[in-house]
Amino acid sequence: MSFLIAENMVGGYGGSDILKGCTIAVEKGEIVVIVGPNGAGKSTAMKAVFGMLDLREGSVRLGEDDITTLSPQERVRRGMGFVPQNNNVFSTMTVMENLEMGAYLREDDWSETLDQVFTLFPILKEKRQQDAGELSGGQRQQVAVARALMTRPQVLMLDEPTAGVSPIVMDELFDRIIEIRNTGIAILMVEQNAAQALAIADRGYVLVTGENRFSDSGQALLENDEVRRSFLGG
Amino acid sequence: MDDILNAIVLLTNFVIVPALAYGAQLALGALGVTIIFGILRFANFAHGDLMAFATMVVILVTWVLQDAGIGIAPLPTALIALPVGILAAIAISLFTDRCVYRFYRQKKSAPVIFVIASIGVMFMMNGIVRVIIGPDDQSFGDGARFLIQVTQFREWTGLKEGLAIKMSQALTLGVAVIAVAALFWFMQRTRAGKAMRAYSDNEDLALLSGVNPDRVVFYAWVIAATLATIAGTLYGLDKSFKPFTYFQLLLPIFAAAIVGGIGQPLGAIVGGFIVAFSEVTITYAYRKFLLYLLPAEWVPDGLVQFLSTDYKFAISFVILVVVLLVRPTGVFRGKVI
Amino acid sequence: MTVNPRACIYFGLMALALMAVGFLQSWSLALTILNLCLISSIMALGLNMQWGYAGLFNVGVMGFAALGGVAAVLVSQPPVAEAWSAGGTDLGLTVLALAAAIAIIVLVRRAMGKGPLRTFVTFVLAIAGYGFVRIFFDPASEAIESVDPSKTGYLGGLGLPIILAWPIGGLIAAGAAWMVGKIALGLRADYLAIATLGISEIVLAMLKHEDWLSRGVKNVTGLSRPVPYEIELQTTDWFLGLTESLGAAPIEASSVFVKICYALLFVAVLGILMWLAEKALHSPWGRMMRAIRDNETSAEAMGKDVTRRHLQIFILGAAVVGLAGAMLVTLDGQFTPGTYNPLRYTFLIWVMVIVGGSGNNWGSVLGGFLIWFVWVEAEPAGLWLMDLATSGLGESSTLRAHLLESAPHMRLFVMGLILLLVLRFSPRGLLPAKTRHQ
Repeated sequence: MSFLIAENMVGGYGGSDILKGCTIAVEKGEIVVIVGPNGAGKSTAMKAVFGMLDLREGSVRLGEDDITTLSPQERVRRGMGFVPQNNNVFSTMTVMENLEMGAYLREDDWSETLDQVFTLFPILKEKRQQDAGELSGGQRQQVAVARALMTRPQVLMLDEPTAGVSPIVMDELFDRIIEIRNTGIAILMVEQNAAQALAIADRGYVLVTGENRFSDSGQALLENDEVRRSFLGG
Repeated sequence: MDDILNAIVLLTNFVIVPALAYGAQLALGALGVTIIFGILRFANFAHGDLMAFATMVVILVTWVLQDAGIGIAPLPTALIALPVGILAAIAISLFTDRCVYRFYRQKKSAPVIFVIASIGVMFMMNGIVRVIIGPDDQSFGDGARFLIQVTQFREWTGLKEGLAIKMSQALTLGVAVIAVAALFWFMQRTRAGKAMRAYSDNEDLALLSGVNPDRVVFYAWVIAATLATIAGTLYGLDKSFKPFTYFQLLLPIFAAAIVGGIGQPLGAIVGGFIVAFSEVTITYAYRKFLLYLLPAEWVPDGLVQFLSTDYKFAISFVILVVVLLVRPTGVFRGKVI
Repeated sequence: MTVNPRACIYFGLMALALMAVGFLQSWSLALTILNLCLISSIMALGLNMQWGYAGLFNVGVMGFAALGGVAAVLVSQPPVAEAWSAGGTDLGLTVLALAAAIAIIVLVRRAMGKGPLRTFVTFVLAIAGYGFVRIFFDPASEAIESVDPSKTGYLGGLGLPIILAWPIGGLIAAGAAWMVGKIALGLRADYLAIATLGISEIVLAMLKHEDWLSRGVKNVTGLSRPVPYEIELQTTDWFLGLTESLGAAPIEASSVFVKICYALLFVAVLGILMWLAEKALHSPWGRMMRAIRDNETSAEAMGKDVTRRHLQIFILGAAVVGLAGAMLVTLDGQFTPGTYNPLRYTFLIWVMVIVGGSGNNWGSVLGGFLIWFVWVEAEPAGLWLMDLATSGLGESSTLRAHLLESAPHMRLFVMGLILLLVLRFSPRGLLPAKTRHQ
């Protein structure tokens, strides 16, 4: 029984189903990566896990609880953090305000979390009075991840965190993600840069047309010939 | 030397002081429009009539107070009536939101549907105001008329030109500064204000952060209604109250909001002053001013007025068009609707 | 074309309502309402082209209607020779100066490269050009306006039959729409709305204050007519014979007869416009318009020139509104710029289109009839209701007197209510446009 498990998800937009019974699970302290070709339903699966898409069938469970019917906001309250792919920062607000918004729902003292986030992303401490919209792409992604961490989530979900950033920035981001994992948070992410992502992943899912095609450890998927040929470009 | 001073005083008296007051009134109106736009994402055509409604309540309460002999001279009695007007404006705004706009929000209708709905609200408010107080001019100012009088100023300075500052003008600026400071403090420093800014900036992410959209919409109406009441009352004290004039204020107010960058509070303020100063400077007759500065034979015969005051609206509009063509996001990079 | 049973019922009810006015109040009033219903329908039809066909949010209907109205003055009034001789030369020079200023600006802009400097130079030249034009224009307008100001004080018109003003009014409005469209149509809905609102205010400001053109708020009254005058009818033999055989009083009958003449003219215009509009809407052109309205991006991707099409339909719609504006002034027999009010001339037309059913020509006609009828009849109805509601207050109550006095303004409230109710519960209007997917 995994910490977060979304089983046999069926659903989509309008009439047609994009997800056709896929299952995704993640444990605490584990990085799980979803890869697959364009249109496989990777981002849709993420949205479904986070409750931004109504499922026709299947269930999502977090810990002991069934959260299938909860709203995204409620899931945030239950300890899920989500970093969308686009528009994932408040660009007219300062970095500090972005982090405050991340902690919006928290009624306890979150200064400790803030310290942790600043230790993880030192550049943000430096730029905390700058508007997030003025930062570079990589820094914006850091703000986005940091904002999600401010909720002190047990599960962090990232939708293509490295889209549009340079390879150096990507490596740096992945390093940070590993550090976050090491604090015991469960990490679920969708990635276009499949090979690099699988390299840091504990487990991976290869999604094709809304169904699980392969599920294995990241290393095993990287070594799997068929996965390499079909999805990792050789 | 005296001539230059006279020229400056003349310009201050007829251009700078009136434009400052008018600009502050427009800025307060435009702030309301821009906040509704930022949160509810539509251009509220009923804003002018909301101002008229709120001012009407203030006037009625003022009359009652005047009859009862309650006043705070030298300040106008309307200031005591202001809170009642604000409450009434908030009440009717929340009521229309509940009855009209909420439905379209839940349906996620296109902005243009909201605009059409606001036209319906505009008609109804206009009707209510005219039924209750009538379509005519109403005056409700009392207390001292002037803070500085022309004769006093001449005595002090010994200049030929006089400077008058009306109480309503001084009051406008004072109240506007307080209102704007309070608004910015709220938006920048409080949790609710930050939630509003976040919602206006990125609705989806704000929802993900746990911002309650109903609260944000509630605050937006409360703020817009408060500002509308203040703006309407100050305008009424400074000039006069007439329902149709308030409806017509919609155009310069929209111009101010868009020129500054719609959805940007700071932009609305700057936009208000840009529009007001353009209107006043372009429609002012400069003949007398030039006579002080130039030899008489150099000064042209006419009034040296760029545009007749009848074309005030044209000026807001031209500024609007120029901004839309040159920099569609406005001075402060607002949202493009 | 298939007959829509719903439309028949609504139009039947409308006819009954007008007849009820005829029986209960007077036939003369019923015809007055009918005539304005017809004009309103045409305005609504014009706006429907812009909003219903193409989704253009025009809140400047009033301006186009007023431009049509001024055409009636400029076409039908006799020219004022004294005014022409007093200010004609200067006015001619004004035109030349304007042309020269524009030519210089265009030439300079062509010679310069794009950039902020060019914008600045254009701006300076425009101001200088404006001052230059004023040198000729100010004496011209002053001279013209001082020619017998209580009677004329303007240039007058061409002295042609007023019916020619209808198409010309359409053309003037179309010309203005071309200019507006060139500037504003690239903008999104809300901006276009505010821009058109501004334009209509400017048009009205000009018509109110450029006395040399149309006497401004001094009004032009006694415009000529396309139909006979009552007084003439009352002394015409065949008409007297007709009234005698019908057993009607000649004075009342003459007024009814004149109104019927107007009604026939208006019906003819409406008929022609409807025929054209229906043809257009169901032609490939109309389908393309709807495709653009429903999905601008994909229509653009399919190679449709969206901006050009929008300009086209904006001009067409404005022309129809201008035509209706000219008809309205003709019916009134006077041009009174001071009475134009956006609530009545812009937003009321919007209520007509929305209530009737956006995109459906028949809907607009129905909306025009229904809303105008309610607008007119809400006044006596509101008065009656208010009388009833306040009857307990006693005859001498000042509150009652005040409420009775302001009761007519209830119709604004009623209009808003109708608009909101229709928008909420029947958003596609009384006669919804047919769509393929429902």
